[in-house]
Amino acid sequence: MQDSASPLSFQQLILTLHDYWAAQGCVILQPFDMRVGAGTFHPATTLRSLGPNPWNCAYVQPSRRPTDGRYGENPNRLQHYYQYQVIMKPSPPDLQDLYLGSLKAIGIDPLLHDIRFVEDDWESPTLGAWGLGWEVWCDGMEVTQFTYFQQMGGFDCKPVAGELTYGLERLAMYIQGVDSVYDLVFNEAVGNRPAVTYGDVFLENERQMSKWNFEVADTDKLFRWFKDCETECAASIAAGVPLAAYEQAIEASHVFNLLQARGVISVQERASYMGRVRDLAKGSCEAWMAYNGWAE
Amino acid sequence: MTDFLLELRCEEIPARMQAKASEDLARLFTEKLAEAGLTPGALTSYVTPRRLALIAHDLPLATQAVSEEFKGPRTSAPPQALEGFLRKTGLTQDQLEDRDGVWFATVEKPGRATADVLAEAIPAIVRAFPWPKSMRWGDASLSTESLRWVRPLQGIIALLGNEVVPFAIEDVIADRVTAGHRFHFDGRISVESAKTYAAQLRAAHVIVDQDERKAIIETRANALAAEAGLELIPDAGLIAENAGLTEWPVPLLGRFDPAFLEVPPEVIQLTLRINQKYFVLREANDSEAGALANAFICTANIEAKDGGRAIVEGNGKVLAARLSDARFFWEQDKKTKLEDHAKKLSRITFHEKLGTVADKVERVAKLARWLVESDIVTPAKAGVSSEGSAPSPEMPAFAGMTKEELADLAEQAARLAKADLVTEMVGEFPELQGLMGGYYARAEGLPDAVADAIRDHYKPVGQGDEVPTAPVTVAVSLADKLDTLMCFFAIGEKPTGSKDPFALRRAALSVIRLVLQNGLRFSLDDTLEAMTDVIAARRSDDGEEQHRRDILDGVLLSEIATGDAGLVWFFVERLKVQQREAGVRHDLIDAVFALGGEDDLCRVLARVKALQSFVTTEDGTNLLAGYKRAANILKKERPETGTQSDAGEEDPGEALTDPDVAEAIRVHDALPPAYTLEPAEAALIAALDAAEPRADAAVVAEDFEGAMAALAGLRAPIDAFFTAVTVNDPDPAKRDSRLNLLTRIRAAVHKVADFSRIEG
Repeated sequence: MQDSASPLSFQQLILTLHDYWAAQGCVILQPFDMRVGAGTFHPATTLRSLGPNPWNCAYVQPSRRPTDGRYGENPNRLQHYYQYQVIMKPSPPDLQDLYLGSLKAIGIDPLLHDIRFVEDDWESPTLGAWGLGWEVWCDGMEVTQFTYFQQMGGFDCKPVAGELTYGLERLAMYIQGVDSVYDLVFNEAVGNRPAVTYGDVFLENERQMSKWNFEVADTDKLFRWFKDCETECAASIAAGVPLAAYEQAIEASHVFNLLQARGVISVQERASYMGRVRDLAKGSCEAWMAYNGWAE
Repeated sequence: MTDFLLELRCEEIPARMQAKASEDLARLFTEKLAEAGLTPGALTSYVTPRRLALIAHDLPLATQAVSEEFKGPRTSAPPQALEGFLRKTGLTQDQLEDRDGVWFATVEKPGRATADVLAEAIPAIVRAFPWPKSMRWGDASLSTESLRWVRPLQGIIALLGNEVVPFAIEDVIADRVTAGHRFHFDGRISVESAKTYAAQLRAAHVIVDQDERKAIIETRANALAAEAGLELIPDAGLIAENAGLTEWPVPLLGRFDPAFLEVPPEVIQLTLRINQKYFVLREANDSEAGALANAFICTANIEAKDGGRAIVEGNGKVLAARLSDARFFWEQDKKTKLEDHAKKLSRITFHEKLGTVADKVERVAKLARWLVESDIVTPAKAGVSSEGSAPSPEMPAFAGMTKEELADLAEQAARLAKADLVTEMVGEFPELQGLMGGYYARAEGLPDAVADAIRDHYKPVGQGDEVPTAPVTVAVSLADKLDTLMCFFAIGEKPTGSKDPFALRRAALSVIRLVLQNGLRFSLDDTLEAMTDVIAARRSDDGEEQHRRDILDGVLLSEIATGDAGLVWFFVERLKVQQREAGVRHDLIDAVFALGGEDDLCRVLARVKALQSFVTTEDGTNLLAGYKRAANILKKERPETGTQSDAGEEDPGEALTDPDVAEAIRVHDALPPAYTLEPAEAALIAALDAAEPRADAAVVAEDFEGAMAALAGLRAPIDAFFTAVTVNDPDPAKRDSRLNLLTRIRAAVHKVADFSRIEG
């Protein structure tokens, strides 16, 4: 689709969203420096959605889903990709309009493309969190998850935060009209400095990391790391540093995903591991609530 | 009289909740107004993704004044009682009336302005609205007590005539202002009145009437199909869903790569319909009529500037990606044989007390074979309906098949029937279970009968679902459901009240339909008992297996089948529910079951049907009256043998040792009485002597109409007997002999049914 003269490159897409949300009063954060499965894991969403203080921010979060790796051979599936995350607390009354404004900003004309809010409630058992909202469709494609958080870490959100999660690669593929993620234009050429594609940047990474996730990662070490995360999380809670405890919960969650990719967790064990990750995340949230004096 | 308009505008309401919400709003509104004594002339309900609206026509402007009378304490009661009464009524003593020593108060309630009633009623309705899921939002959500709605509530219109009814729900203030279409209309709309509402919104690109949106989608989609030489596959649910996702629906037709059509059509349909909410089309011309077309119709919410070209292109891309996934699954799944897929079933838990799905498959395979080897399902018998429908056209395929061949096919099909549960495709589309197994079976060259059985063994699923008639399918389907029922009964997981988590009622109903439709003849009790042995005989004897075996055989025999609330009882209850729709009386089903020993469902139903036509005849009604008279006398005079009416709570298998039956045999064989019989008495004996063997013979021949006809002959002699003869004669010999005669009447009638169970 080519609505404007030349569609946004991948990096222009991100910069445009940054400009747009900064103008709405959002803090523009940089990605969290740990391996996470989704932008929601960033403490700027998870922990900041707890408690009474207003909080408005936007950031890109690299997200890792080891089981989605396809060795760079599938045009749509990646084990590492980007989410664009906006969190606004309390949820503003015109959040839908603000969101639609962001689509216009990146070149999607709502009188040319069919934008729809289709029911999709969100739940993250590992974070003890849920909310109501939609997946936003653009011409039948899901481009954003739109959620009003109701609970996080087992606690009622007071007040409720609105969360927007854009799938950046998907959105960019749509805007640029390409069929493979690796063909995305990452930036524009300037002078004799050439443009690069998403494939130039990430294809080799997908190949090697898929191989590591599925074949190489040492499962004995992974099991050990998981246990280490559990003890370190507990120790951090005991020492009164819930932010550090939460980092261990995040790490445990990723190690669990790696163990899944290695296929060493049986169906029966799976539920038990998910329960253990949830305990770490909820425990950290509880400690964070208590630390701030918000727990009832 | 005037009209009232209510619009509750919010962010997008899930499509699936809209119809119920609209009904709830109308119902709650009517109830609240009725409480205040107001009845509108008519209600019109509208719902779109962004608004619930309601117009109440012809409302009076005020409620009627009413006077209510309350009865108070006696005038002689202590003063505290009077004081309490005055407090309650808000009156003074001089306003009370002394009526025969009791205080009466008349309280006058003046009429209220309808606007006031509405200003109270609407907030109450909104606060207590029964959304299946609701949420908090915004600044107010600092408290968990804040207003809940399905999605953030943005505005309220409340107009009585041309006037706003003033009220507020938290920070949402009732007004006359609303929004138009999200993209086609900027700014706000100031609504004049209920009369102009729909037209003003239409001008802002919103069609508020859901039925009109449905009609537009249906008409336009059909027209698009016709223009393309195609035919729309009707789908009322999808029309409603798209009407629930749009305020200005615009159907558009697109195409996909015909190469995808190699994937089974059901997969393509589901991909289009479930994932993308697209309509599916088929070829309309003669040569390919009925075949799925490589086209889709999506429903946009805008009148696009380019006529929808970009929308169709975008949707087509999304669909292509989805269909590529589906084709990938289809190709991947076919690379593994079903028997190899089936091995993975040992990793899926069926129920923690009942082992894995592989365990279940093993039981079902044995049961399916056993059903054939026991001649319950035979090559000839399945497909011949006892309900009078024509035999299935599939039957010739089984003509000449031996029992052993059928048993082999049934076992083979049962072993593969659940294998598709571990395929990629069924993982993606669980609703394709069975169907995909059928496709994969055919693709690997298994016999058609086996592929059909794998495909159809879940059937019949609901009331309207077709009942399998092919013998292999019938054997697998029946075995699957009986296994489920027996195992869950064995571990005590019976349905209670509205809870039926394992859908056992539906399974029992399916068994009944399979049995009746195919005319399968067997005693439930004996069969269930024999099947427990089949199930309990396990392959291995290691500890865990042994444990499960204990669960199954220890309990089953005594309790599962015939105990209180056992399976036989469960089937009878389901049969009553199932037959109610066909107009068969539940008390007649009880009357037949109460005989005991009758648990062949086909024969039960034949008896019941004959009985039902008989008891509505004049002969039947009178015979029933005569029977009841005889039974009542016996109950009083010979209570020790009058226990038949309780037989239902006993084990029906013990019918032959029932004291009542034994008594009947005794009196029948007794010597003729030594006194001179009255003519009516003699005539009744003669009639019984004639009717009994005829009824017996007819029952044996399963000619229940014949048995009823034989009994009908008793009606006149019984009437004459009661008119002319005194049972309680002072002569003990006569009395005894006549009571014996009444016992014979009762026993004769019990050859067809326990008439004491018949109501009326």
